Amino acid sequence: MGNKQTIFTSQQLDAYQDCTYFTRKEILRLFHRYRDLAPQLVPLDYTNQPEVRLPYELIGSMPELKDNPFRQRIAEVFSEDGEGNMTLDDFLDMFSVLSEMAPRDLKAYYAFKIYDFNNDDFICKSDLEKTLNKLTRNELTEDEVRMVCEKVIDEADLDNDGRLSLEDFQHMIVRAPDFLR
Amino acid sequence: MAGRVNFYSDLVTDIESPADEDGVHDSFSQLIDDLNDDLQPDFHDVIEMTSLDPEEESRDDIMDLEGPAYHRSDSEVPQQTDHLIGDRWSSDTLKVLSSMPSRTIGRSRGAIISQYYNRTMQLRRRRQSRPSIQHFPRSARPSIRGYRVETDGDDFEQEEDNKRERLVNNLQNLSANDRVRMLRAMPLSLAEKKELRMLVLNKAEHSLSQSQIPCCSQLKYYIIIALRHGWYGWMSFLSSLQLWQTALKCVGGRFGTGVLSYFVFLRTLLFFNIFLFLVTGLFLVVPQAVLPDPDQNTSVRSTWGLEVLTGAGYFSDSLLYYGYYSNHTLQRNRSCSESMSPCGSGLSYNMPLFYFFTIGAVFFVTCIILVYSMSKSFGQSFCIDKSKGLLAIKVFSSWDFKVSKKSSVRLQRANIGTQLKELVAEVNREELKSPVFQRLWRLFIHMLAWLFCLGSTVGCMLAVYYFSEHMHNKDVKTRSGSPSNTSSSDSLLLKEASLLAVPVVVSSINLLLPGFFNAVAWMEEYDSPSVLNYVSISRNLLLKVSVLGVLCYHWLGRVASKPESLGLQCWESFVGQELYRFLVMDFIFMLLDTFFGEFLWRLFSQKALKRKRKPVFDIARNVLELIYGQTLAWLGVLFSPLLPVVQIIKLLFLFYMKKVSLMMNCQASGKPWRASQMTTIFITLLCFPSFLGAAVCVTYTMWTMKPSDGCGPFRGLRTMFQAGKRWVQQLAEVNPKLSWLVSAHTYLVENPFFLFLCAGIFLIVIYFHSQVVDGQRKIIELLQEQIENEGEDKKFLITRLQDIHERKRVVSPRRVRGASEPFLRMWSRMNRLDALLRSTLVETTLMNHMMKIRAPDGQISHTQGF
Repeated sequence: MGNKQTIFTSQQLDAYQDCTYFTRKEILRLFHRYRDLAPQLVPLDYTNQPEVRLPYELIGSMPELKDNPFRQRIAEVFSEDGEGNMTLDDFLDMFSVLSEMAPRDLKAYYAFKIYDFNNDDFICKSDLEKTLNKLTRNELTEDEVRMVCEKVIDEADLDNDGRLSLEDFQHMIVRAPDFLR
Repeated sequence: MAGRVNFYSDLVTDIESPADEDGVHDSFSQLIDDLNDDLQPDFHDVIEMTSLDPEEESRDDIMDLEGPAYHRSDSEVPQQTDHLIGDRWSSDTLKVLSSMPSRTIGRSRGAIISQYYNRTMQLRRRRQSRPSIQHFPRSARPSIRGYRVETDGDDFEQEEDNKRERLVNNLQNLSANDRVRMLRAMPLSLAEKKELRMLVLNKAEHSLSQSQIPCCSQLKYYIIIALRHGWYGWMSFLSSLQLWQTALKCVGGRFGTGVLSYFVFLRTLLFFNIFLFLVTGLFLVVPQAVLPDPDQNTSVRSTWGLEVLTGAGYFSDSLLYYGYYSNHTLQRNRSCSESMSPCGSGLSYNMPLFYFFTIGAVFFVTCIILVYSMSKSFGQSFCIDKSKGLLAIKVFSSWDFKVSKKSSVRLQRANIGTQLKELVAEVNREELKSPVFQRLWRLFIHMLAWLFCLGSTVGCMLAVYYFSEHMHNKDVKTRSGSPSNTSSSDSLLLKEASLLAVPVVVSSINLLLPGFFNAVAWMEEYDSPSVLNYVSISRNLLLKVSVLGVLCYHWLGRVASKPESLGLQCWESFVGQELYRFLVMDFIFMLLDTFFGEFLWRLFSQKALKRKRKPVFDIARNVLELIYGQTLAWLGVLFSPLLPVVQIIKLLFLFYMKKVSLMMNCQASGKPWRASQMTTIFITLLCFPSFLGAAVCVTYTMWTMKPSDGCGPFRGLRTMFQAGKRWVQQLAEVNPKLSWLVSAHTYLVENPFFLFLCAGIFLIVIYFHSQVVDGQRKIIELLQEQIENEGEDKKFLITRLQDIHERKRVVSPRRVRGASEPFLRMWSRMNRLDALLRSTLVETTLMNHMMKIRAPDGQISHTQGF
């Protein structure tokens, strides 16, 4: 118990609890996961909110992300600086969104961000190509990739502008119950 | 345009959807109104911008106008977008496009904030306890203003602050629960959320301190805080209680959702059995154990180790079986003195009645739970059927994010690659027809395979039939041959062992035949793995159902009708023992299968054959085995109330054993598994042949079979079902006022008409439910069509807009204002259309959401990674 009090103040924990889908215990556990990545960098006292950022190399080496083809994108999307270097807040945020408690809309929003490689708020063909290559690791020929891209945009693009907006994406995701389960 | 609006509203009024549509309607009409109000000034902004530098077509300008990108630092972004769309449209068109409502959603922080601002507004409107919307100043009402990203940078900052202010206001006015939920669901970074929360809390405190807080409300405040802390503690306690959470995460992480669904199914079955055990234990076993029958002669026979397997001998006269339960009202006669007459009635426990009703209630509740979960998972998998073969969904949601093991990741990658390839090939070639001869050959092969499978199934059925008859006859002969029980211990042992013959035969059939089926299916060479799955499931199911059918006939037809021929005092106990044996044997064979089929086979193939592959975990077969075991347990509840305990132990063992074996021996399946679809199939199979069959058997026994005279709670009755009748009659005799109960009983329970009526109502409810779902599906189709139409319209209008721009530039770059008249009209149309499209989309999404039954709030949280 005493240990718990020194890491965060009660207000901090309350704030975390209200802003993420975690309980106190889980927040503390996540903090320790975060700290285990680099014990020399992360202090045990977070009451004065130190500016600590873990580099992407450490985040990406977590077993949950290690083999995920989208790990870099995930880290980038959730990090404040957009380069995958994460503060504790970013870290908690990431796990909160990935947790099973998070609603589908929230997940869809971040999934959209993840698939939107060039950050232009639309999933266009180049994004799709990257997604496909990451998914299958260059197993498809170029022609096939192009076909798949065309077909995907054809299927999911509801307002016929040749790219997928967030709205299109959400609409499509609703029809896929297996999405991010 | 007007016609379209009318059409839309007609459509909406025609649709009688049960959801809260008011929100959509309101926001929609408001949308249009506000559009008309706000259109003019905004438009002038745009035109002014245009007129200032009509010739300057620099790309950067466009990108600035496209609203603040999420990461402004990224300088590469504009170029890329530019290449894709810049060729087609002029910068003016792009400007218009970029400020359309549908494009601005979720793009910038400001847009998100205003979107959530609108949501909080809706929430507040829904909670009627809050002041209604009329009481707010106009600026605070929801409007589409928020949807538009401002074209000016400075303006934007200011506007965002404004919006934030309003959002904070709204959040503050929400109840604490709603606020937290809103806050959590906002797609903002944690730091921003924290800031918002701080603002809200500060404001709340401010307003609190302004109005003097009385002492008691402060106390209330503290109590609420304490309660909340307690609630959080309770939540984390609950989450730690959830069974096998870590183990399931582990399995899901290594093998994906397909294998996970097997374990989740196992857990579901465990809960079913725990429920079964709790009810029977509470109402049957405990009373019987606490108030034992005085005239029960428990002759302890010598014990062999075999009795654990056969369930006979020592166990046969125990709480485990039907025969032990007494047939009269249990009373604690020791404590009942003559002077205190009511104490007897206070502790009396009418065993037959409770036996009857407990079993009935157990089946009824199980039925309801099953139907409910079935409809729930149907609702979920409903959406998939429609989306089958959709490439888009394949690409975006086929990645199983649970998987984190390296080899599985590689496998999944290859898997997705092949699937995509197949889909592309399907798109490419228009049904390349194979020659007739080849198709005939395939047909022939399939027929042959089915013939093999059906033949072997029938063979097994006959084998079980004749073998059980043979054993039965042998038993009858030995009974009649040597009535004296003074045989040597060896022959007793032999006799006990012979009891195990039928279960062993049946279990080995269950073990071996699926392997045979697999071999046949391998010969068939099915193209698609899903067809292969269905075929193998249906074959296995056919086998299990037919074997169980034969066994039921054996028990109810042969044993129960002539129990004297076997010298049985209590045929119910005998059937209970048989079921116990089958259950135990099934378990043992599963153990053997895991050991030989998975462990040794892995060793063999790796050491001897030098293959790197490990065996694949066969989900379909394993699930069917679970279902088979559960059917036995349900069948046996009537004859042996403690059978669920055996099943619970078995499932617990099985979970750990399968998990260890899986981790050690197996590799992730190469077949694609659609987890939610499979769960639906499992639940349906559990409900339809398994539970329904067991329920029919049990009801048949209760309604028509004559219970044995020498034992059990129903001795002396013609059917078990008469226990209720007798009780009602007794009641009526004691208390004449209750005589209506007798007639009610005769009319309602004995008359099959009432039962039919109940079943009919049940079916009608199901039918209505399916009709509602069907209607919703139709609405979704309609709306989707609508969306497509509007998309076409929009495209058309954009082209027109582009045309006007082109002409305008050609005529005179200076006289923009004069030429802007048609443009203005076009712009307003575009905006309306876009708003329409948006609301239609919202509607469709809403409908889609309605169709899935969503998980209740306040579930236990845990991270994906843990």
